[in-house]
Amino acid sequence: MPDLLIELFSEEIPARMQARAAEDLKRMVTDGLVEAGLTYASAGAFHTPRRLALSVEGLSEASRDTVEERKGPRNDAPEKALEGFLRSTGLTKEQLEIRDEKKGQAYFAKITHKGRPAEEIVAEVLEGAIRNFPWPKSMRWGAGDLRWVRPLHSILCLLSDEQGARVVPMQIDGIAAGDVTRGHRFMGPDEFTVSSFEDYEAKLKRGCVLLRAEERAETIWSEASSQAFAQGLELVEDRGLLDEVAGLVEWPVVLMGEIGDEFLDLPPEVLQTSMKEHQKFFSVRDPKSGKITRFVTVANIETRDHGATILAGNGKVLAARLSDAKFFWENDLRVVKEGGLEAMGEGLSNVTFHNRLGSQSDRVARIAALAREIAPQVSAEADEAERAAKVAKADLRSEMVGEFPELQGLMGRYYAEAQGLSPAIAAAAQEHYQPLGPSDAVPSAPVSVAVALADKLDTLAGFWAIDEKPTGSKDPFALRRAALGVIRLVLSNGLRLSLVQAIKDHLKVLAEHIDNAPHVHDVPDFELESYYDERPWLRKVGNFVSGLGDIGEGHSAVEGWDELLEEADDLLSFFHDRLKVHLRAEGIPHDVIDACIAMPGNDDLTLLVARAEALAGFLKTEDGENLTQGFKRANNILTQAEEKDGVEYSFGADAKFAEASEEKALFAALDGAQPKIDAAMASEDFASAMAAMASLRAPIDAFFEAVQVNTENQVLRRNRLNLLSRIRTTCGSVADLSKIEG
Amino acid sequence: MTDAPRSFQEIILRLQSYWATKGCAVLQPYDMEVGAGTFHPATTLRALGANPWAAAYVQPSRRPTDGRYGENPNRLQHYYQYQVIIKPSPKDLQDLYLGSLRAIGIDTSLHDIRFVEDDWESPTLGAWGLGWEVWCDGMEVSQFTYFQQVGGHDCRPVSGELTYGLERLAMYVLGVDHVMEMPFNDPDAPIALSYGDVFRQTEEEYSRHNFDTATTEMLLRHFEDAEAECAKILSQPAEDPRTGKRIVMAHPAYDQAIKASHLFNLLDARGVISVTERQAYIGRVRALAKACADAFVTTEAGGATA
Repeated sequence: MPDLLIELFSEEIPARMQARAAEDLKRMVTDGLVEAGLTYASAGAFHTPRRLALSVEGLSEASRDTVEERKGPRNDAPEKALEGFLRSTGLTKEQLEIRDEKKGQAYFAKITHKGRPAEEIVAEVLEGAIRNFPWPKSMRWGAGDLRWVRPLHSILCLLSDEQGARVVPMQIDGIAAGDVTRGHRFMGPDEFTVSSFEDYEAKLKRGCVLLRAEERAETIWSEASSQAFAQGLELVEDRGLLDEVAGLVEWPVVLMGEIGDEFLDLPPEVLQTSMKEHQKFFSVRDPKSGKITRFVTVANIETRDHGATILAGNGKVLAARLSDAKFFWENDLRVVKEGGLEAMGEGLSNVTFHNRLGSQSDRVARIAALAREIAPQVSAEADEAERAAKVAKADLRSEMVGEFPELQGLMGRYYAEAQGLSPAIAAAAQEHYQPLGPSDAVPSAPVSVAVALADKLDTLAGFWAIDEKPTGSKDPFALRRAALGVIRLVLSNGLRLSLVQAIKDHLKVLAEHIDNAPHVHDVPDFELESYYDERPWLRKVGNFVSGLGDIGEGHSAVEGWDELLEEADDLLSFFHDRLKVHLRAEGIPHDVIDACIAMPGNDDLTLLVARAEALAGFLKTEDGENLTQGFKRANNILTQAEEKDGVEYSFGADAKFAEASEEKALFAALDGAQPKIDAAMASEDFASAMAAMASLRAPIDAFFEAVQVNTENQVLRRNRLNLLSRIRTTCGSVADLSKIEG
Repeated sequence: MTDAPRSFQEIILRLQSYWATKGCAVLQPYDMEVGAGTFHPATTLRALGANPWAAAYVQPSRRPTDGRYGENPNRLQHYYQYQVIIKPSPKDLQDLYLGSLRAIGIDTSLHDIRFVEDDWESPTLGAWGLGWEVWCDGMEVSQFTYFQQVGGHDCRPVSGELTYGLERLAMYVLGVDHVMEMPFNDPDAPIALSYGDVFRQTEEEYSRHNFDTATTEMLLRHFEDAEAECAKILSQPAEDPRTGKRIVMAHPAYDQAIKASHLFNLLDARGVISVTERQAYIGRVRALAKACADAFVTTEAGGATA
């Protein structure tokens, strides 16, 4: 059983692509080998900045012979048919077999496919893998047509066993496979031959290349930690950076350097971000002060001066970068101290948010108005929420965020603190962007919640108003994420909020802002159509605005208003869709949610979810399941009767017409349960309402068992149908059970 | 040659002679205002078509928005790029490049040289390529790109392009912290000149001009003129009525594209272009560059066979 070793040696592969590429190589090659009839014991993939490698152990020598059986013509068929069969199978008439069939006899052929040697299969599979490799981005080079992530220089492809190693003969666009590779670009540039995987890894190490990424990462981490520890400091953990840096070097050499004193007062996040983004440096913290005081850089080379030149050069670049950061920081602080975040945010009026939704400052004004409206409902102080919203995005105009967009929000918080704004406002500057995704933390401070909700609702209502809704996989404005953000904010804070009302109110605010809509007033009626033809997005909103202003006779203001309001309902159903996705992840099936959405107050998501949770819990019980069946049976009989009779049976069921004891018992049960259900519903205690309903299950089952609803006696029949109607109403008070599947 | 160079110009001279010995035609700068060495027709146009090509040159480059009145230690509105382009890209281009670093006194056994992913794209030229930024001890000293597309045309064969930011590279090699303090000629020359002696005043003048004085209405008008002229030049029939020869005027048209691009940069520095307009302007320049590329590939230098 030979082992297979492959190395694809190229110019520097982007760090972020290496791990995935190694896995892809392993998958493509091993799948290909197996598909061609080979087996193997185990396989491992490796990557460095300049090479992808694959080791496959215990590969079969060759694929096995396979025998294919094929049925031919009947033995009394014309000679021509037999000739054709012989030609297609490559056999002679003597090699065929004649077997009995249902009707007469037929020829059968056994064709043996010879197994193929591993070499042949490996060459074919590897070529296919190289040509079809799924790089995120690939390129051509020189005069060739081959594509790889960067120019591919050599291919090593070996089969080795006790007898030794043999090169798998193959060639791809002029690159012939061999048994040769080389080590580190500067420290081990000479070529060497390889006889097995163990030999390969060992010789690479001698050539100053650590083949295994995890070994490089471990070396970096332990060396950096111990250097930091020796100085009484600690390394700031950053797994993503560690993996990236491990992909940038073949021979990691850890060097620790100092950060100039003049930079130590910068916020630690600024130091960390600048060093990481620009230079891939790790941060080293002084545990006593919490400050970042040193950096760790990872070089790819050992030098005779033990890295002194490299460290000095890196330190110089860092100082230049941090001088910039310090300059930004000091300028920003000056602006804030002189005119507050308000002054810093002035330039937002020059920044377009979206060409149909006005500037960032328009948007900030809208968010502030909305945050003020929402504030009382989230226990925030209205003035404070409004103030927080007004300054929350000012840091977008800071020089620091201009340089490091990922620091948005955080810088706002620092600057708000520097300005002496309340801690709640400072926190809102940072937290109002949250939650950014399904796993991001949800703010709970009332002012942060108010601004976060206003921010997201403005985005959603705005894009709905101009009809830029997500379609299929296209969601360029991340509206699904915004909607999920609203959902999580509402649910995790238990907020009671009418979304539709908030959206409708906000659409009114939006209408005033969109494209500075007031100029619609100035358009004479006879030009209005051509005006709208040029600005179709204003049609809806313009109608609405001109209606408000009582200007522009000849087009219906009422129509425009209704149309715009419909968007609120449409947006609500978008929220419901996102909510279904969110709740499905928490184990609540979609039909349960649909049954609850059908009830009033469905734009109060907290109420809606409380209902859905109670219903989901109830349906898991035996009573719940049977009650649902009983409800459906009642509903079906009733619906059919109503259709047939053309009347609605909804009132007047009277216990005095009850005959059977089961019928009487059901009346009694309904009478007994109703007050309990009403009381529970009044206090939105859905679980108790469901529990009261559960007591109806046995009487309903018994009723259907013993009583025939559609009896000859019309008086009894009408009374019973009206009784069914009571079941329908009572059972439907928590949710529309007809939506429950199964 | 590992002895250290002593001046800015010595670094340039060493690069010139290094690439000359490696077979490049050492060209002179293009005589127009450009934002980067890539705009030189020796790169943009010559990267197109099948004809082999090898050139190296210094290109003065202007980025009006980067003006800092000569005060910033490493930001300039006028600076030099060193540009090398070889088509088809040779197999040992990385080694050739490392040789050029050694030629200017960078000992590659003492420094940490790295090739860090950086995909290059020029929206105004309709061009992109894959490659790296090259780091020396954490500092970016060059761009290294394999051109895949220029002016909307696939590059076949592929050109390898190297771009050195000369001031930054020289400051590093010479150990200078402020660009204006860098020796321009030999510090021991009878009349020793620093970079500041040559350029401090012009940086001030151009910064003021670019940010506050350039007349925007005129710039807008000139932009439109250049755009119209480019289209007009390209719309001429291929056959020249005077000589009867086939003369497609790709280069004169491309000059107008270069002009439009620089005018756009100036307008940008004057702050009169909004975010949305920006994209539209870039699109207009790209349309010109593409039209010039389309024309060039129909010429002999562009690899068209008669």
